[in-house]
Amino acid sequence: MTILDIAGLDVRIAGSHILQGVTFGVAPQGVTALLGRNGVGKTTTLKAVLGLLPRGADLAGEVRFGGRRVTRQQTFKLVRDGLGYVPEDRGVFGGLTVAENLRLAERPGAAPDYERVYGLFPELQRRGRQRAGTLSGGQQQMLAIGRVLLNPNRLLLIDEPTKGLAPKVVGEVAAALHAVAQVVPMLLVEQNLAVVRRLAQDAVVIAAGKVAYTGPAPDLLDYTEKTKSLLGVGKADHA
Amino acid sequence: MSTIVLLTLTGLGLAALYFLVASGLALVFGLADVLNFAHGLFLSVGAYATWWAAGHLPGAGPSGWGFALAVLFGVVCGTAVAALVELVLIRPLYRRTIEQVLVTVGLSLAGVALLQASWGSDPRPYPRPQWTQELTTIAGARVPNDRFLLIGAAIAVLLGLLAFLKYTRIGLVIRAGVEDRSMVTALGIDVRRAFTLVFAIGGAAAALAGALGGVFTGAISPTGGSSLLIFGFIVVVIGGMGSVTGAAYAAVAVGLLQQFVNYTSPGLGDICVVALLAVVLLVRPQGITGKVATS
Repeated sequence: MTILDIAGLDVRIAGSHILQGVTFGVAPQGVTALLGRNGVGKTTTLKAVLGLLPRGADLAGEVRFGGRRVTRQQTFKLVRDGLGYVPEDRGVFGGLTVAENLRLAERPGAAPDYERVYGLFPELQRRGRQRAGTLSGGQQQMLAIGRVLLNPNRLLLIDEPTKGLAPKVVGEVAAALHAVAQVVPMLLVEQNLAVVRRLAQDAVVIAAGKVAYTGPAPDLLDYTEKTKSLLGVGKADHA
Repeated sequence: MSTIVLLTLTGLGLAALYFLVASGLALVFGLADVLNFAHGLFLSVGAYATWWAAGHLPGAGPSGWGFALAVLFGVVCGTAVAALVELVLIRPLYRRTIEQVLVTVGLSLAGVALLQASWGSDPRPYPRPQWTQELTTIAGARVPNDRFLLIGAAIAVLLGLLAFLKYTRIGLVIRAGVEDRSMVTALGIDVRRAFTLVFAIGGAAAALAGALGGVFTGAISPTGGSSLLIFGFIVVVIGGMGSVTGAAYAAVAVGLLQQFVNYTSPGLGDICVVALLAVVLLVRPQGITGKVATS
């Protein structure tokens, strides 16, 4: 039983064959970590699912969300259908206030759950009138996560939420994601293996355009040699 | 002193025209990434529709409320043409920049040709309501009232646009879309629905510029839209490629510079405007405000 199924996903962008038949499923609860070395195509996988690939990209394969085929569906429809996205660069609108960023994410026909967002990130309520561009990196990340939590999503795609954050802030973001993961399943791209260890139950590793590992995350991280060869890092740090 | 006041107010009148043209261009470019060379056509449609209405539309006329009705008719025509252009010609070509440029350039040429075929290429005398030709004395300068008409219209459009962008949901979507369009769609919003509206708003402002610009110059010709459009583009670039407020600042700078320099040495003003554009691009390539719709 899976919430998201990716089958034979094949993506070429500007002549380079980035994904070569990527196939995996995402469990309908908890966190599935999407891992791999830099530039291996993790972000491309998320963008291909969402229909956000750059113009001229070649896409083949099939994506199913909740059992329904959604390949090449328009992004906004897919998102309204319950797929929340937090991009790698956080995608907050710097010229808009924090409150406006949240208001923008409200969806017609669904009551926005501000209680959940402000309960998890009280900072966002206090800074409602502040321009999002003047927030710190960690606060921007919380805003980006808060935006997808306003709506009742069926799955969240979260791309490198701890990238570029100070260690203390990484802990805060990870704690927030942990709380979120109790409620809604998540496909998480993350380079920080300590965070992966803390959050993820399942792991998918992409190497050379293909899926090189799927299985329980702890098994992967505890097997040092495998982690090293697939991810290009040493033994996973403990959180 | 009186010369300076007259030059300033005339320059601001010109700035008002530039702003009316540039505000729509800026929003269209900022949100939809469309370089709309057909924007001058919306201006010409506004000018010719107003001119036609003043002579033919029942209730409309060359002066007083009749003229106001004629202007309203011109603005409605410009808005409709702009919305139609977006729906029929631009919408199928989103993300295909070269094709868009070709279509809009072609459309502007075809529009000029159509106007020439219908009403000839010679300038047509334009109705100038009595009030706009009267003089108001300010600090010793006798200033024709049409300057105030233009300045007032531009300020009204500026404030209206800012309020629309700030206080409405669709305004919020437009501001966000100017910053990062694909992220707006990734929040579940069909951003393209805002494109038609932005085109219509831009068409309305340009048509208003055409309708009131005729009063300012006293005559309209088929190529009038394209020549104003050049300065509209310059104002958009100086202002920040997507910023309404930036376009307002830039329009004032360009209008005043052009007017003052042309007074001391006729013809040099246009060159100075291009020089100003070059300086801005070298020193501050993101424009006065950068790509933020309302700041």
